[in-house]
Amino acid sequence: MAYKDYEIVIGLEVHSELKTKTKIFCGCTTEFGGEPNTHCCPVCTGMPGALPVLNGKVVDYAIKAGLATNCKINQVSKQDRKNYFYPDSPKAYQTSQFDLPLCYEGFVDIDLDGETKRVGITRIHIEEDAGKLNHEVNGTLVDYNRCGIPLIEIVTEPDIRSAKEVRAFLMKLRTLLLYTDVSDCRMNEGSLRCDVNVSVRKYGEEELGTRTEMKNINSFNFAVKAAEYEAKRQIKLIESGGTVTQETRRWDEAKGVTISMRSKEEAHDYRYFPAPDLMPIVTSDEKIEELRSSIPELPEVRLLRYTNEDGLSEYDAKLIVASPHLSNYFDEACKQTKNKKAVANLIISEVFGRLNEDEKEEGIIPIHSTNLGKLANLLDTGIISSSIAKNIFATMWETDKNPENIVKDEGLAQISDDSELRLMALEVIANNEKPVQDYIEGKDAAIQSLMGQMMKLTKGKANPKMVIDMLKGILDERK
Amino acid sequence: MKITKAQVEHVANLARLSLTDEEKESMTKDMEMILEFADQINAYEIKDVNATANVMPINNVFREDVVIPSMDREKLIGNAASTANGCFSVPKVVE
Amino acid sequence: MKSVAELAKQLKAKEISSVEVARDYLKRISEVDNLVEAYLLVNEDRVLEAAQAVDAKRMAGETLSMLAGVPISIKDNICTDGVRTTCASKMLENFVPPYDATVISKIKKNDMIMLGKLNMDEFAMGSSTENSAFKITKNPWNLNYVPGGSSGGSAAAVAALMTPLALGSDTGGSIRQPASYCGVVGLKPTYGRVSRYGLIAFASSLDQIGPLANSVEDVALALNVIGGHDQLDSTSAPVGMEDFTENLDNDIKGKRIGLPKEFFGEGISDEVKEAVLNAAKEYEKLGAIVEEVSFDLSNLSLPAYYLISSAEASSNLARYDGIKYGYRTENFDSLLALYKNTRDEGFGKEVKRRIMLGTYALSSGYYDAYYKKAQQVRTLIMEEFNELFKTYDALLTPTSPTTAFGIGAKTDNPVEMYLTDICTVPINIAGVPAISLNCGFDSKGLPIGMQLIGKAFDESTILNLAYQYEQYATYEKRNITIG
Repeated sequence: MAYKDYEIVIGLEVHSELKTKTKIFCGCTTEFGGEPNTHCCPVCTGMPGALPVLNGKVVDYAIKAGLATNCKINQVSKQDRKNYFYPDSPKAYQTSQFDLPLCYEGFVDIDLDGETKRVGITRIHIEEDAGKLNHEVNGTLVDYNRCGIPLIEIVTEPDIRSAKEVRAFLMKLRTLLLYTDVSDCRMNEGSLRCDVNVSVRKYGEEELGTRTEMKNINSFNFAVKAAEYEAKRQIKLIESGGTVTQETRRWDEAKGVTISMRSKEEAHDYRYFPAPDLMPIVTSDEKIEELRSSIPELPEVRLLRYTNEDGLSEYDAKLIVASPHLSNYFDEACKQTKNKKAVANLIISEVFGRLNEDEKEEGIIPIHSTNLGKLANLLDTGIISSSIAKNIFATMWETDKNPENIVKDEGLAQISDDSELRLMALEVIANNEKPVQDYIEGKDAAIQSLMGQMMKLTKGKANPKMVIDMLKGILDERK
Repeated sequence: MKITKAQVEHVANLARLSLTDEEKESMTKDMEMILEFADQINAYEIKDVNATANVMPINNVFREDVVIPSMDREKLIGNAASTANGCFSVPKVVE
Repeated sequence: MKSVAELAKQLKAKEISSVEVARDYLKRISEVDNLVEAYLLVNEDRVLEAAQAVDAKRMAGETLSMLAGVPISIKDNICTDGVRTTCASKMLENFVPPYDATVISKIKKNDMIMLGKLNMDEFAMGSSTENSAFKITKNPWNLNYVPGGSSGGSAAAVAALMTPLALGSDTGGSIRQPASYCGVVGLKPTYGRVSRYGLIAFASSLDQIGPLANSVEDVALALNVIGGHDQLDSTSAPVGMEDFTENLDNDIKGKRIGLPKEFFGEGISDEVKEAVLNAAKEYEKLGAIVEEVSFDLSNLSLPAYYLISSAEASSNLARYDGIKYGYRTENFDSLLALYKNTRDEGFGKEVKRRIMLGTYALSSGYYDAYYKKAQQVRTLIMEEFNELFKTYDALLTPTSPTTAFGIGAKTDNPVEMYLTDICTVPINIAGVPAISLNCGFDSKGLPIGMQLIGKAFDESTILNLAYQYEQYATYEKRNITIG
């Protein structure tokens, strides 16, 4: 099998629901769930005589997504009707954008094991979502709650070359959408969906191979698996003398294969024409700048700041930057201390372990950022030891108390007074003959046992560095 | 403008109209006549003229992102020929 | 026959009650509508209930709007909450809208009394009302003739004195042409002047709702009620409302009226030509300056209109699939069959023709040649009107090339039927306002209509010119007897 002779060419079309409060053309709520057909009105169910009025926020959010992905903005844009018959589309057309999308010619840089790769964004346009079909035994039931929810469709250039890149791109895109706060990207709620277009060609060939489309994949894992499987399937097919048919396929998770969806593939003639019920969208330079300045600092910039200025390792920085909530939390906490690394450590070592993935992403942390920052500061300034910090943290997780108060109330301040420590060190030495003897005889490791005793005696409050130095100091003299 | 029966069938399919053979015959004739009439436009040379989709010279007609109560479901689906469980009902769709 | 203005005055002065007025009209309907067949629905109980409510309000001393208690009838493509709205199509035979069109909300707010829903060509496609799936409306002047279309029911009801006021819709002439065939006044306002929210769409960039009545003043009063910006319609013009009766009696000395020669040439009947040219002379007597002008693109308007309107219609009517509302076939074993048979059985011949034409014009490979080209012609037509309106206050043309034709006379040839719109469609393409009013009768006793075209949002000028002719010109007036 000559897989390695083949180049896999992948393009993605990502549909993201925008987190506006209302639908794109009417005032119905975009809330997820709800009894079927209870979030609807004449407009979003295509009743005779109903007319659309565009939700201004949809345009703003789409442009923000475009700016965050380095796109150019079409300052004169319009909407078009895409005509096709399907029960989930009540008007038998979807209002989308054809030749003048709001955003075009952008890019997203992805990180692949230290190398940066640029994936081109062909365009981003706005469109309306369709309803949901629930297939039953005897028929199909149609629910229009989702119909009219605003979407942006983000189309990439066919720049992706592996399933790994698919994952990296989707994760990066998702992060960018979260940062710009235009979508909540909850794949399990269907607010982020992906079409994967795959073709293959022999390395060196200029022309693209015939591509197939896997539509409406709503999990990054499935997208990755589908891309991988489909590429292999196509290569196998070509190697055995066959040709790839241009068609739509679906990913069957249970069987782990892609399956052709059409027996008689009919090319859709969507008969696009300008939507006559809607007026053009004209965006001024001022408006673009206004939207640009409303976008918070994006992950790439933050990453540089964390690594260059705040002393975080790239690894740690990436973990923090993964979610805007987490990153904002971190930045807030850092206001309390000079040692931002200490804050990062607390988050990564203590917070992460106590949260599930969703909580991590949404920054649902029971400790207020200020308090966490204060804890980091207490550590950094040597007021408490790291082991005490762990205990305090546990208390804070339950109570979100100000750590400064906890230290005061429970007398947990680190003992760093020289004479006080000396007295205790001498006591420990006096009561632990064997380890003392071992150390004096050259077994350096024995000092750990004495350390342990000191910690026990001081209830963990002794300044560990001072203790070690002090014990060594006293015992070295006795050697 | 000659139009073939196959073209008529293709257009009818796009429009989800099922025409009887007789209807196809008369539709072909009618369309030819109408298209001949419409072809006057083709004969006229138009250079460098913008296409106008709507005469209203306004832009940026937007609404505020404020929720308005949705329509009562009974009213909404009251005109449907077939419903079940609050949904519109159609023959099983195979995807 | 009382005008809207008179009725309003008498109602306000409590000389008559709304119930009495309503009863009079209901009586008239019961007397002649079996002959004219203008109405698809008249709900007596609802009418009297509404009239009683208005009388009660008036008795209680409430300040009511100017047209409170005045009856009005509505073309059946305008959605009325809880009242069947069919578009004269089998497809919507039992459709009961769950909401009011904006114009209906305004009518209700003004306490006007809706008498019933009026017959029309199916989905507003037609020029004779013969395309209605339910009945053929007759021209009240001669029951063997068509009333015109697509607002044939509206024009006939007004002409037959069954309603003092009617609403119609105009996409290519559908208010003006039947108004001219029935000898009444019909106004197509500027595109965007009246909200389209709740008007069941035919061609979105051309449709407008407008009033029909027996006098120019009545039409102006109606425009005052139904006009105005609507947030629910993105194509609604963000312009303020004026009182359209204000300038009716202004002097028209010095007003410049253009006569586009292409509208007086071949294809226009001699009698119609003569009547309109006589009207032009009357305008000169009233002090206006009348000059011949040229409207070069007249011959392209009709093909452009059919391409644009059919393309938009093919998309607007795609929603009729038997799933959410309306007719559903009983004969289906799959989704595809459901769509095809529902639409085949639910739509009439003309509707199917337009859908086919529109689908074709938008389809891959033909878009540039047909749809796009037509939109370019639109630009040129708009520019041509703009140019003419730099010099002229209005243009005067016949409303239709002929008077009403016999029932069944043009149904075999679709193109022949389309040609009856030749004087009216350029107006829709450009979105400017136009009014049709009677200027005489032909040798068969059928009314001849003339059309005044104004510039965008200048309904005031054409209403003024129409009013001056109506009040002060010399022309034949006749009373109607039906049957």
